[in-house]
Formats: sequence, structure tokens, C-alpha cells
Amino acid sequence: MMRHLFKVLRSVKPASRLWPAILSICVLFAGPAFANKVYVSNEKGNTVTVIDSANWEPIAEFDAGNRPRGIGISPDGAHLYVCASDDDTIKVFDAKTYEFLWSLPSGPDPELFVMSPDGSTLYVSNEDDNLVTVVDTRSKTVVAEVPVGVEPEGMAVSPDVRFVVNTSETTNMAHFIATEDYKIKHNILVDQRPRYARFTNDGSTLYVSSEIGGTVSVINMLGETGPELVDKIGFEVPGVQPEWLQPVGMRITSDNKWLFVALGPANRVAVIDATTDEVVRYILVGQRVWQLEFTPDEKYLLTTNGNSNDITVIDVAEQEAVKSIQVGQQPWGVVVAPD
Amino acid sequence: MMQVLIAFTMRGLILVFAFPFFAGLSAAWSLEIKAGVLRIDYPELAPVSRFDRIPDDLAFAGARLGNEDNQTTGSFLGHEFSLETATSSPENLQEKVDLLLRGGVKLLVVNGRGEDVLKVADLAGPDVLVFNVAASETDLRDGNCKANLLHVAPSRAMLADAVSQFLMWKKWSRWLLISGSNPDDVKLADAYRRSATKFGAKIVEERVFEDTGGSRRADSGHVLVQRQIPVFTQEAREHDVIVAADESDVFALYLPYQAWSPRPVAGSGGLRPVNFHAAHEAWGATQFQRRFEKQNGRYILPEDYNAWLALRVIGEAVTRTSSADPEVMKEYILSDAFELAAFKGQKVTFRSWNGQMRQPILLTDSKITVSVSPQDGYLHHRSPLDSLGLDEAESACAAFRN
Repeated sequence: MMRHLFKVLRSVKPASRLWPAILSICVLFAGPAFANKVYVSNEKGNTVTVIDSANWEPIAEFDAGNRPRGIGISPDGAHLYVCASDDDTIKVFDAKTYEFLWSLPSGPDPELFVMSPDGSTLYVSNEDDNLVTVVDTRSKTVVAEVPVGVEPEGMAVSPDVRFVVNTSETTNMAHFIATEDYKIKHNILVDQRPRYARFTNDGSTLYVSSEIGGTVSVINMLGETGPELVDKIGFEVPGVQPEWLQPVGMRITSDNKWLFVALGPANRVAVIDATTDEVVRYILVGQRVWQLEFTPDEKYLLTTNGNSNDITVIDVAEQEAVKSIQVGQQPWGVVVAPD
Repeated sequence: MMQVLIAFTMRGLILVFAFPFFAGLSAAWSLEIKAGVLRIDYPELAPVSRFDRIPDDLAFAGARLGNEDNQTTGSFLGHEFSLETATSSPENLQEKVDLLLRGGVKLLVVNGRGEDVLKVADLAGPDVLVFNVAASETDLRDGNCKANLLHVAPSRAMLADAVSQFLMWKKWSRWLLISGSNPDDVKLADAYRRSATKFGAKIVEERVFEDTGGSRRADSGHVLVQRQIPVFTQEAREHDVIVAADESDVFALYLPYQAWSPRPVAGSGGLRPVNFHAAHEAWGATQFQRRFEKQNGRYILPEDYNAWLALRVIGEAVTRTSSADPEVMKEYILSDAFELAAFKGQKVTFRSWNGQMRQPILLTDSKITVSVSPQDGYLHHRSPLDSLGLDEAESACAAFRN
């Protein structure tokens, strides 16, 4: 919506009589500006860096266990969950005081998890055992283990919570696990080393990024016989070796119009028009861009850049990088506190 | 925004596999794939370093992991993978190959020396697809190539080029080349000479370290080594680095620290080119190492990785073509559509002109991954990986032309 507004604004001549009306619309759209805490896991630094989104200044850095990677926050903003990969556990911190609260069972070397929208359940991929582990965040126990393909990695929960999707990096499939009985109902073959999965807000489409295959698979969730692969999005940047165009983290605007894809060692975020699956722009960010997260108002998109030890702030409407912020050593994941 | 924007999608090029999966149900398999691994064992002296002792399950261990990976994937698609393993002496290849073929093997992984790999490819015949996972003879990818023989193992030319690119990146362009006296050492030294020419290094002097026989080490042997190596390397012309060509494992591991001049060592000692090693962790390799170690109780060796990779090539070809026909699989494996993730940061593919797998080569000090070749800046019109080893125009292989 904001993007279209900007387009309208650009087309309006300075002397136009429309300006007062436009300005009042702008005020309506601007809404209250929340300051949100941004949490970045630093894989090599063994810390989490906290940034204030009001002024993009780092305000704290705290120890987060060994090799922190996947990071998430409870829907009420109270608890921060961090995969401490080398500690074989998920650590839970007080999101306000950064105090370590307790650990959750995760299986060995947890890398990535997703949370149910109500915050009650974590779905963790265990690469060593070809399992998806389901963890109850309240009882702090494992409630189910689901056998999947070789080296499970990416995870996504459908907005209606009917399916948990897991991608297996060596089997090269997206597995659709029903949450009612934790059984696999569908499998879809994608390109090499599927890393990350993400649903659109309405649950109609699932995107799966294949790091080594260099593509994003587009899966229609409303197919006649279940989920079906309908398209693959490729990438091409002049002057960048095709081998280094490695899609990893993804985010989709809640109006389901814009898909942002981190391209790893290509140091770029691809902007894709989700209505046509066409790449419309590549935004240059830091080195080895890995995971992405919006601010709750979707005004900004944050990228972790592992090899330049910073995060890039992207203006979502303008589709341009506006700022980079130095964080700890080798940032991996990012999460933003809810309003 | 000055960038030129190019976007493309691949509509119409998509294969869809969506199968319901019923856990616990004994499914009626739609496709059976039987792979074999033949390991040819030779009389070997004990190695210079006891870290290099050959385990009893060499190559088989890697193949088992690859087969398990394929079985897991196959369980979702109705493909049943199985594995037969056999050892052989160089003398009874015929018998062992016949045995495997009679058991229904049409995809055969071979771990052995170059001349024996060629024999196995001939014995197996054109209806069997053979995968070489150990022999580095460049000749097998050149004038002596076979249409039914694919090479997962890198060639000596690829390994030498991987070292050369790194040395040139370091600007260590003046080499003292020390080679062993056995035939394989001579071939490796040739590969380094060819590579030096290719990348602009200068071999300022060459020396040959004679293999005088006997065992490779003795108790307190280091006392003698500490006197021998400085003497052997003294008064060499000014050089930046020593390059050792010692496939026989006689002297190269003794060169670092002992050489007359304080120069780094690369090749068979010091900085070594390998297709994989047990300390490699980048690109998700840690999880692969852990899976291998959990299954086999030891560190992985290059032959295991190659055997795993050969099985994964087979698995990937079956997954994508839904066929167990070696001819169909070979066509797919050599096509542009084939790609496979192999914990090396980019997809591995095959050279359609000689059946050699394109792959990055790791450079290790035997403790860590020091670097990975191809190095930045070595470009190629097809893939930077083709800057390693025989390029299409250089290869005399004609068996793949049709």
C-alpha cells in the first residue's frame, strides 16, 4: 500500500491542488511510530545484539550460549528463543532484561525453528537424526518426533496451523506434516539444498528457497490434490557468478505482493513481484546475507550479513537499503519485538 | 538504481512429485535400484603417518551412508535402493565383477588403481555404469576414457591446478619441485609441471627423492630425517615454495620445517589438495561429518566421501528421472539439468566430454580447511570449476562424443 502511495506522490506535480488531501492521507497512513527492539544472533560472537528501531542504535549485547543461530520471540514479546547450536539446546531469555530463563529440549545441533502463532509450540529441525521435533513451550517437553528426509532444515507453519512444512537438504523435498496427527501428507521435490520455507499471509502460497539449486520454488497450497509446484524463480545479476546466487532467508509483505529473498554470498536481496514471480530489483546489502525480518509495521526489512558483521536496514516501500548497523561477530538470525 | 535488472522464471520446466506418504505401510515399490561397490585391495606398506592407516571399511562406509540417504529419499517416492559390496585382489577382478553383475548390479562403484578401474569398466560392459571413486590418473579422463566410466574422484590435473591457483594467489610463483621416483610420483610431477605452465608459475629447480625401498618409518626415525632433509634440500635455487610430488608417501610429510630454506611446502606434504577431509565444516558439512561418524565410528576419508557422492549421484538421477536404466541415468547425469549439493558451497556437475565430476578442491594442512579452489579470479566461460583439470579442448577423450 505504501509503495503505491509513493508512486502516486511521485506522479503529482508540486503545485497540484491535490496536496492538502494527500498530506492528510499521509498522516492517516503514518500511524503511531513504535520503537521496537531488534534482536540479532551472532553465530561466532556467541551473543545477541539488541538494537532500538527508533534510532537504529545498538543498545545491548548479551551472551546467548554457544553458536547462536535461529532466533524467535513469543507473540507477547516476553520470551526470546535462541538456538544455541553447539550447546544442543534452545535457550530462552527474558526479552526485556536479557536474563537467561531456561532451556528447551531441541535434539542435537538445533539450527532453525518456527513457532505456532499462539507461541505454544516450537517445531525444530534435527539435521543429524532426520527428525522434526515438536516442543511444547509451556511444559518444556518434546511432544512428537516426525521422521522426514535427510538433513531437515527449513520450517514453516501454515497460517491456519494445519500444516508444518519441513525442507530436507539432501532429500531435496518439502514435507507437509499435518499438525493434527504429525503424519506427512504430501512431499514435493524441489531443487538442491532447500534451506528455507515461508507461507504468504493468506496461506495460499508457499515459497521454498534452494541454496545450491539457486531457485525459489513456488507452491500453490490450493491445488486440487493438495500442494502443487507451479513455478520456479531463478536469479541473474550481471557480474556475479551464478554459483554465488544462493537464495536463503525470505519474507513476504502481509499484502502478499512483495517477496524478498536473501541471496547469501551474492550480497544482495532480490525483490520479487509475487503476483508475477518476476524479480524486479536486486538490493545490494552486506556480505553473505542470510536471514530477513520486517519491523511489525513492515516499513523496514532487516538483513543479517554474516561476513561483514552488520545488518542492513531496507526501506520496504522504496526497495532501497537505507542504513547498515555494526553488530557482533557473524550475525545469523534476526527477530523484531512485536508492538 | 543503475543496475540492469534481469529476471527469469522457469515455467514449463517443472517436474512435480507429490506422493502421499503412509508411515508404517509396507509400500509396493515401483522401482528397485541395486548398486554395487567393488574395492580392489593391494599389498600396502604401513604409511608414514599412522593417521593415514587404511580402515577395513574404506569406501564401503561412505557408500553405506549414501545408500541410506537414497533409501530415505526413495521411501517418499517408491524407489527401493540396495547396496552390494565386494573386495577383490587385482588378479580376480573377472570373478568379482561377474558375481556383482549376476546379482543384478548395473551401477558399479569402483575403488582401485587406474589400470584396474579400466579393466573393471571393460569387464562390466557397456550396459553397466561404472563410477571411479579413487583413481586420479588424468589419462582416464583423456585418451583412455571409457563411455561407461564416470569419475567422481578428481584427477591429478585437478588436484595440481587447485594447489597452483592458491600458490599463484599468494604470489609464490617460484617453485622447487621435489618428486618421488615411482611411476605414480612421476605422473604427479608431470601434473604439477603442466599446471605451472597453465597458471604462470616457474619451476626454478627440480630434484628427485629416490625411493630406496624398505619400510617408511622406524622408531626414532625423525632423528635421521632431521639430518637427511636439510642436506637433500640445500643449495637449491631461490624459491618461494617447495612443491612435493610424492604419491608413494615416502618423503613429502618430512619436508615441512626440515627443509634447508624456511619455505612453505605444498602438494603431497604441507598444504595438500583433497576432495574432502574430516575437519571440513563449511557449507553444512558438520552435519554430514557427524552422520558419517555416528554410523561408522571413525573419521571420514576422501574415498568414503567419493563413494557417498557416487551413491548420491545415482540417487539423484533415479529421483529426477524415475528410472533405474543406466543409459537413461547417464544421459541425465551428463546433461545440464543435473546438479547435486555436496557440502562444498556450490553444486557439483559432470563434464559431458569426459565424464569427470566438476567439484571444488579443498586445501588442507591436515588439521583445517586452509582454502578452497578454484580461487577468486580464475574465470572460465562455462564454470570457474572448469579452471581445474582438463578442459574440453585439452581432453583427447572421444568416447563421449556422439
